[in-house]
Amino acid sequence: MITIKNLHASINGKEILRGINLEVKAGEVHAIMGPNGSGKSTLSSVLAGREDYEVTEGEVVFNGKDLLELSPEDRAREGIFLAFQYPVEIPGVSNINFLKTALNEIRAYKGQEEIPAKDFLALIKEKQKLVELDAKLANRSVNEGFSGGEKKRNEIFQMAVLEPKLAILDETDSGLDIDALRIVANGVNKLKTKDNATIVITHYQRLLDYIVPDFVHILYKGRIVKSGGKELALELEAKGYDDIKDQFEDATL
Amino acid sequence: MIDTKTNITQTIIDSLSTSGNKVSFMPDASVLDAVRFLEEKGIPNAKHEEYKYCNLEAVFRRDFKSISNQFSSQLGVAGHKLAGCINLVLVNGTYHAELSDKAEGITVSTLHEADKAILAKHLSRYADVNADAFVAMNTAFCSSGLFIHIRGVAEKPIHILNVISANGISLVNPRQLIIAEKNAEATLIESFISEGDAPAVFHNHLTEIFVDENAKIKSYRLQQEGSKVTQVNTTEAIVKRYGNYTTNTFTFGGSLVRNNLHVVLADDHGEAHLNGLFVTGGSQLVDNHTLVDHQKPNCESNELYKGIAKDKSTGIFNGKIFVRKDAQKTNAYQSSKNILLSDDATINTKPQLEIYADDVKCSHGTSTGKVDENALFYLKARGIGDASARRLLLQAFAQELIEKVEVEVLQERILYLFEKAL
Repeated sequence: MITIKNLHASINGKEILRGINLEVKAGEVHAIMGPNGSGKSTLSSVLAGREDYEVTEGEVVFNGKDLLELSPEDRAREGIFLAFQYPVEIPGVSNINFLKTALNEIRAYKGQEEIPAKDFLALIKEKQKLVELDAKLANRSVNEGFSGGEKKRNEIFQMAVLEPKLAILDETDSGLDIDALRIVANGVNKLKTKDNATIVITHYQRLLDYIVPDFVHILYKGRIVKSGGKELALELEAKGYDDIKDQFEDATL
Repeated sequence: MIDTKTNITQTIIDSLSTSGNKVSFMPDASVLDAVRFLEEKGIPNAKHEEYKYCNLEAVFRRDFKSISNQFSSQLGVAGHKLAGCINLVLVNGTYHAELSDKAEGITVSTLHEADKAILAKHLSRYADVNADAFVAMNTAFCSSGLFIHIRGVAEKPIHILNVISANGISLVNPRQLIIAEKNAEATLIESFISEGDAPAVFHNHLTEIFVDENAKIKSYRLQQEGSKVTQVNTTEAIVKRYGNYTTNTFTFGGSLVRNNLHVVLADDHGEAHLNGLFVTGGSQLVDNHTLVDHQKPNCESNELYKGIAKDKSTGIFNGKIFVRKDAQKTNAYQSSKNILLSDDATINTKPQLEIYADDVKCSHGTSTGKVDENALFYLKARGIGDASARRLLLQAFAQELIEKVEVEVLQERILYLFEKAL
């Protein structure tokens, strides 16, 4: 699905990612954990194509394509989906119109016809249920006036409609109470198939009780310093990040 | 040294004096004052505070040295009429009853034919010839214009279709007087189009509108003239007790458009709502100058102007709110928001509050920026291409103004023109 090799990236001349290596295969769920400032959000931004970041070294191959060569919209059309940590409010653009435009542009990219209005509405209805999103929210402007939980649910709702190959959930658990967390996690789990993959980026182990990862990676100072199975997350929860910091601090990496 | 300022103004005055209609309905004193003001002050240039970014003298010197006022007889107005409205057609400032719909429920005529007593009471009473060169020019040289008298509730919207149809360099001075009697209600739409192949047209449009006690006027201005047309559009509105004047200005066409929109809340509990949206491209210039004069207590005014400037175009907003000493309990709000789509485009905004009363609520805000990069990335991250993402965001930006249009056929037309202008 995606192979990241020796990825270096900086912002305003400051290097944040300092040689990431990661391979995610179809059907897998990977969790990337790490303390604040370790580069978690930078990694998701770089993969989604945010232009503020400069990739200085390395490569990312996504289903045989050089991902870094693609524009953000083409990455999305190829099947990358970033669930934002801070979903953007866009007053005046209705959620429905936004999703319809997105879906149709993705379909056009794949050489498919526009989705008939009837089918689109049926799709919306079906996916709304999946994340228990109030129908009223779907008709409102994108994220405008949504609560934190509603915004995150809306991200998963969009993911459900667009059916990406690789979903990157960037701190999707932040700002969620336990009920919202469960709804969001349920949505993600239901969308999981053997053909798609998920990268869950999180600071806390909490989310991983609900979305159980196949692999856990610990990111620290712009590198993956440790990888393991789901038990690694529990270990981290027990010992905290200080242990990691102590272990890798002096290595100056 | 030759005083070029006097020269171009004098050339215009001479040209209009010989070719123009005799303005028999205008009070002599107004005409005399108007000509004198024009001769003394001249057409304003960039040194004039109110025309700092909108140098009309330069436009006159460049394009209007000789005025032929050659009008074209080719007219294609049908496509510009609005279904379900009373369409009134003015060609080069002259009302054409034969091209217009039957005015049911309202009185419509040229100013020549209008009730003399009403003219004496209202005409040239609100537009001050000693305040502005274009008011003076229109007052001295206006065409037979249009008179609309509204009593009671006008069922259908009134659509005044202003067609400029010229083949030679032309200068027209259409004049309108609109009277809404006590408790009257009407929707007014003014649209501006042009045809013909004139190298330059100056359209100096002036409307005086009187909104009497408890009367409600909702008005729309749709400016879509061709690239050879310069328009100065002056509106002087007077709002009496509990009267309500709402006006929405949409500007997409014209080479230079200057709107002077003045509303006087002349008695207590009056309301004024001034909204505007423009999209400029090429070397277009659109200048919205508004003045809301709160003269009496308990009045309210709201103002929202938005602009999108592309290419090398210029957008200007200058909004003054004047709260007089008597105007206690005034609520006055003003906001101007703009988006620049190119590094060569310019926006000038200047909100001005002058408050002489102490118990008032007033606020103003202005912002000018580019398309929101975060929102743009969010849309792209969902597979929406750069061009459609920008379009979506610009539509969203304009949405709240387009939504204010309560006449469906007009809203559709505005939406179409807006999208075309992007």
